[in-house]
Amino acid sequence: MAVSAEHLDRLARGDARADRMFRWSVAAAGFFVLIGLVGAAVTMAWGGREAFATFGFGFLTSDHWDPGNLVFGGLAPIVGTLITAGIALLIAVPVSFGIAIFLTEVAPSWLRNPVGTAIELLAGIPSIIYGMWGLFILVPFLAEHVYPTLSQTVSQWPIIGPWFDGPPIGIGMLTAGIVLSIMIIPFIASVMREVFLTVPNRLKESAYALGSTTFEVVWNIVLPYTRSAVIGGIFLGLGRALGETMAVTFVLGNANRLANLLEPSSSIAATIANEFGEAFADLHRSSLLALGFVLFMVTFVVLSIAKLMLMSLHRREGN
Amino acid sequence: MTPTLLRSTLILGTAGLLAACGPQPAETPAGTTPAPTAGIDVTGAGASFVFPLISQWSSEYAQATGNRVNYQSIGSGGGIAQAKAGTIHFGSTDAPLTPDVLAEARLGQFPSVIGGVVPVVNIEGIAPNQLRLTGPLLAEIYLGRVTTWNDPAIVAINPGLTLPETAIKVVYRSDGSGTTFNFVHYLGQISPAWAETVGPAATSVRWPTGIGGRGNEGVAAYTQQLTGSIGYVELSYALLNNLTTVSLQNATGYWVEPSIASFQAAAASADWANAEDFHLLITNAPGAEAWPIAATNFILVSKVPNDPVRARAALDFFRWAYENGDARAKELGYVPLPEDVVALIKTYWEANFTF
Repeated sequence: MAVSAEHLDRLARGDARADRMFRWSVAAAGFFVLIGLVGAAVTMAWGGREAFATFGFGFLTSDHWDPGNLVFGGLAPIVGTLITAGIALLIAVPVSFGIAIFLTEVAPSWLRNPVGTAIELLAGIPSIIYGMWGLFILVPFLAEHVYPTLSQTVSQWPIIGPWFDGPPIGIGMLTAGIVLSIMIIPFIASVMREVFLTVPNRLKESAYALGSTTFEVVWNIVLPYTRSAVIGGIFLGLGRALGETMAVTFVLGNANRLANLLEPSSSIAATIANEFGEAFADLHRSSLLALGFVLFMVTFVVLSIAKLMLMSLHRREGN
Repeated sequence: MTPTLLRSTLILGTAGLLAACGPQPAETPAGTTPAPTAGIDVTGAGASFVFPLISQWSSEYAQATGNRVNYQSIGSGGGIAQAKAGTIHFGSTDAPLTPDVLAEARLGQFPSVIGGVVPVVNIEGIAPNQLRLTGPLLAEIYLGRVTTWNDPAIVAINPGLTLPETAIKVVYRSDGSGTTFNFVHYLGQISPAWAETVGPAATSVRWPTGIGGRGNEGVAAYTQQLTGSIGYVELSYALLNNLTTVSLQNATGYWVEPSIASFQAAAASADWANAEDFHLLITNAPGAEAWPIAATNFILVSKVPNDPVRARAALDFFRWAYENGDARAKELGYVPLPEDVVALIKTYWEANFTF
């Protein structure tokens, strides 16, 4: 039976319409992300304008945070956030790298799936469980066995000494950094592992055939091939470390003062979580929103540095 | 329209209509609100100070009347903020609001129960109430000027105890807290150095030293975990978690242990009749047996509530608690209000809560 031309025409028009609606809805989802991002940044900047107007640049450089007398200087939470995230990355990146290489190059095939699943289970543990584990298990262990030695021996070293010169309470920036590193290892490790698996076998086998060791293959073939995705994974982990609230609140100590690694300090997310519920003074609420905006800017700056780094590496390669 | 698009629009549209035609909120008649019928849900939030007691009261109240009272322990600061914002039916705070603040926010305030803020320590070999501290010494510890447990000042007033050389780890409240307010108010009363360094009492202050725990629960947890720590909690938290409490020297010079009797002695000198909106702080009370850091918990209810039925139900909960909750309060380490104060409260309700 022959199909009429009008029938075909109607089908074509219906297809075109469906295609157009699909494109619009997908574009709407994309715009929604942009709108959400810009909206969050603008809301926090607008809410924080009173704090920036009152304290000016001093908001970022003073560590005097006094809710009772309405004087707010956010240096302590900002520095606490940066240092704990820095420690977390310092520990997590090499460990994740090791896990990813182990899972893709070194491990026998029967071991790869169980270890891979174990890593992914770690990612699913709620952060408050990490906080409780940190407070009840890690803190006493560190306070008794690790920190006393650390504060006696390392505090005598020339440059990094003062950073370890504190009472071995167990609660502090170093503990928070360790807990955070355990939390972000699964994210970085799974991204690295996924990406290492995409390296063409031909490249690796050619390198092995020419006599390279496993380390040389990894460092000179696998890593350069997957560079941008690896950096993306690291910044995914960094984003989580910068914003982590509950686990940090348990083991960081909520002390709004500048401190060294062994002393309790504060982070932006922990300060906001602790004080937002009762910040009914306008200036207090505005200062907390301003802190949120600063965190937003820190993440933005860090991501831009990553992008610029990647661009310069690409340019060097001639892309 | 294509058939699938038409079908999905019809389904969504019908679902939307059904949702819109759901049960409407009951309209209250003008004039006095009728007595609450069974099955009303009341929401309150605020001080963690009274959370153990209110949660017990609310389960017994639910069994007795069928109304459910849901109380969230978010700290006095949170209770004040939410009561002002009108998002809860009653707020709870240990830091009373002054009459002008109450008038501006159109809130009424009345006391619920009296408790005490108790310093707790975690020192090896020290039993509850064995360690003695004076008020000024407590202030010096919290100022960070006395840093080890075997400091001469502490040893001098505790001759019979062997105190270790451990560093003192100070624990305070990281959230806005009425417990903090009463504790800091007391320290400011007895230590000029404290008043000068830290300033006037507030639910959140700039602590010179130490680490912050969230809620009475957080301070209790930190004190349990860290050897050599000192914190301050409400007595029921110390009892429930088996924390080591401390004896203090009161205004009259006697050493007192924290207990219902010493809280009652502190509350005996309170002049509620002359306190406008019951704004009264009972720290550093006179009396030979008075506990120096007794504190009253206050309830905030809006004078012009959005939901008069539930606000009336909240008041009914507290009337039930005044009549039936005394035994449970004493069991948990709180001091129930005496009869004459309850009578003053009921007069206050009639004058202020006219919904």
